[in-house]
Amino acid sequence: MKSDIILSGVGGQGILSIAAVVGMAALENHLYLKQAEVHGMSQRGGAVQSHLRISEQEIASDLIPEGRADIIISVEPMESLRYLPWLSENGWLVTNTTPFVNITDYPDMKVLLAEIEKLPHHIAINADEIARQVKSPRSSNMVMLGAASPFIDIPYQSLENGIRKIFERKGEKIVQLNIDALKAGREFAEAHKN
Amino acid sequence: MEKLLLLGAEAIAQGAIDGGMSGVYAYPGTPSTEITEYVQHNKIAIERKLHSQWSANEKTAMEAGLGMSYAGKRAMVCMKHVGLNVAADAFINSAITGVNGGLIVAVADDPSMHSSQNEQDSRFFGKFAMIPILEPASQQEAYDMTYEAFELSEKLKVPIMMRITTRLSHSRAGIETRPLKQENNLKYPEDPIQFVLLPSNARKRYKGLLGLQSLMEQESERSSFNTYYPARNKSLGVIACGIAFNYLMENYPVRKFPHPVLQLGQYPLPFAKVEKIVNECDHILVLEDGYPFVEEMLIGYLDKNSKIKGRLNGAIPRDGELNPDIVAKALGKEVKFGMKVPAIVADRPPELCAGCSHRDIYNALNETMKEFGKQKVFSDIGCYTLGALPPWNSINSCVDMGASITMAKGAADAGVHPSIAVIGDSTFTHSGMTALLDCVYENTPVTVIISDNGTTGMTGGQASHATGRLEEICIGLGVKPEHVRTLTPLPKFHDEMVNVLREEMLYEGVSVVIPRRECIQTLARSKKVVKVKVEEAAQ
Repeated sequence: MKSDIILSGVGGQGILSIAAVVGMAALENHLYLKQAEVHGMSQRGGAVQSHLRISEQEIASDLIPEGRADIIISVEPMESLRYLPWLSENGWLVTNTTPFVNITDYPDMKVLLAEIEKLPHHIAINADEIARQVKSPRSSNMVMLGAASPFIDIPYQSLENGIRKIFERKGEKIVQLNIDALKAGREFAEAHKN
Repeated sequence: MEKLLLLGAEAIAQGAIDGGMSGVYAYPGTPSTEITEYVQHNKIAIERKLHSQWSANEKTAMEAGLGMSYAGKRAMVCMKHVGLNVAADAFINSAITGVNGGLIVAVADDPSMHSSQNEQDSRFFGKFAMIPILEPASQQEAYDMTYEAFELSEKLKVPIMMRITTRLSHSRAGIETRPLKQENNLKYPEDPIQFVLLPSNARKRYKGLLGLQSLMEQESERSSFNTYYPARNKSLGVIACGIAFNYLMENYPVRKFPHPVLQLGQYPLPFAKVEKIVNECDHILVLEDGYPFVEEMLIGYLDKNSKIKGRLNGAIPRDGELNPDIVAKALGKEVKFGMKVPAIVADRPPELCAGCSHRDIYNALNETMKEFGKQKVFSDIGCYTLGALPPWNSINSCVDMGASITMAKGAADAGVHPSIAVIGDSTFTHSGMTALLDCVYENTPVTVIISDNGTTGMTGGQASHATGRLEEICIGLGVKPEHVRTLTPLPKFHDEMVNVLREEMLYEGVSVVIPRRECIQTLARSKKVVKVKVEEAAQ
């Protein structure tokens, strides 16, 4: 198995915590992993992405070649489209629909959502809203990971274990809130993936 | 054995700790910062009390590292590529003095300039200094090379350069570690004048360095990091340096190469291996991230119809970092194209954070400059460089650390008035203090705004040497105390800021204005830490 994943968002939105959980889950399953991050200047409110590759086989490149990503997970809707050149023909685009508007020429939301709807395999989820519903408003990231989880070749339980390891320092309550968010995202995707 | 999931930068740090390092010296700079930060937080490093505090700049770091080596202990110095320019004097001469304890100079280059002002290739500096360079392809190699480099350094008695690029530095992978080595004991150099580069001794030392070159080449020749992969189809041979080897492997999974491949990870070039592949193949494709360093050496000056292909003949783009697609194309393989980016997707450049003090300073500066005219503001390297972009468009230069003040001085000497510098607190103590002294020496009419947010912000909020002592430094350098003005950059003090800036711009001498308010990123983090501690206490 292998999953090539592009994570995207805006600097400061915390896409790296998604990567950290998947990384832990990959280690638990004795998978190879490579994860290229963006540090430095772009972290200041600019467009950021991370290439995350997991596989049973040794992984060569830290970067995913164009047209080969299995999934794009985006915590911001416009940013999800920026990385379409990497998405494979059968790949899934899983994106949050809550926009992060810090530029003056941000596109019209209707037009933006219509572009996302054009893709044959997509999940568009209001992760911020769902996170609020499960009383975990700061865990929209984990909602997004949950929404993408049906398309990642890692047992769901391992993702929960990953959350446990990453957040255990912050106490059981935080761990549970994040697991609730993960679950809510997964349920949404299971209901909307066809 | 359980693997550690580490960034390439962190793998270097772990390799150095396990290899018996006694101290790391560095100034933060993307993409090298995480090496030192890892040592600062590593359990063994803390237990062993390894030195890991930040240095004022890369030159002081290099010199301190050399001092630790003089005392017989193992040291590592880390910097980004342009930091090596700052450290160059000490770096080049450290090859002439040679080392006592093992010394590693880890330099992170930034091809494609993700977070830098140029994409210079540090391998030229390694060659310039005539020392071995190690260039890992993977995080595991980054670990292994660093682990072994101290011994190589002590064997050859010269510093070793570790050269990585952004992509490896900021990519995570599983690492297998090796047994923890003891630190060296304090031990003075056998020759008490080894480090005295008086001409008479320097000439001797330099001859010694020249004499070592063939030994370094022998090391490269038998290095396990320089691997020859034979193959039948000799119409092409590929030389892949450092991380470029990964992009080659991506195109030929599980190392099933149809053509002979020479993987290069240790320099100087292993002559016999290079000669073999060049002789037995019709064409050679050189894959290297950065400048055409190896390619140029192989072609030489006169051979314009060379069988060597790469960045110089257009097989690979002349600039920018490599990726699997560029390498596929150069190999003549089919490249897949994904979907196009929809036209509605707008650019999203980085920007100053909401609530950042630099915003208030630029608002005040822009209003003041309405009275004095455009293009008189020199700036520097840091978050505040983003003031060059809309909506501020406030600054007219960003060249190298500290250049704002000295460029403002030169412009003032040429008749620009007022001539203004905008520099951050950490950049000021890195390389701005001597520049300010130049201004004081001639009482040049410049207005230096030191935007003090109490941290090294752009690289993620490292401690700043300037914190708590900026006024004393400026006054100590000779700026008149009445022209060292401290402000609080907040919207409610806008008018006061404009008034102070105007007063100092009208003054015909050196003035320093210090708007001071904590970086909102470090502020948010310290609040979070306090919150977690309170919660932990409550449990």
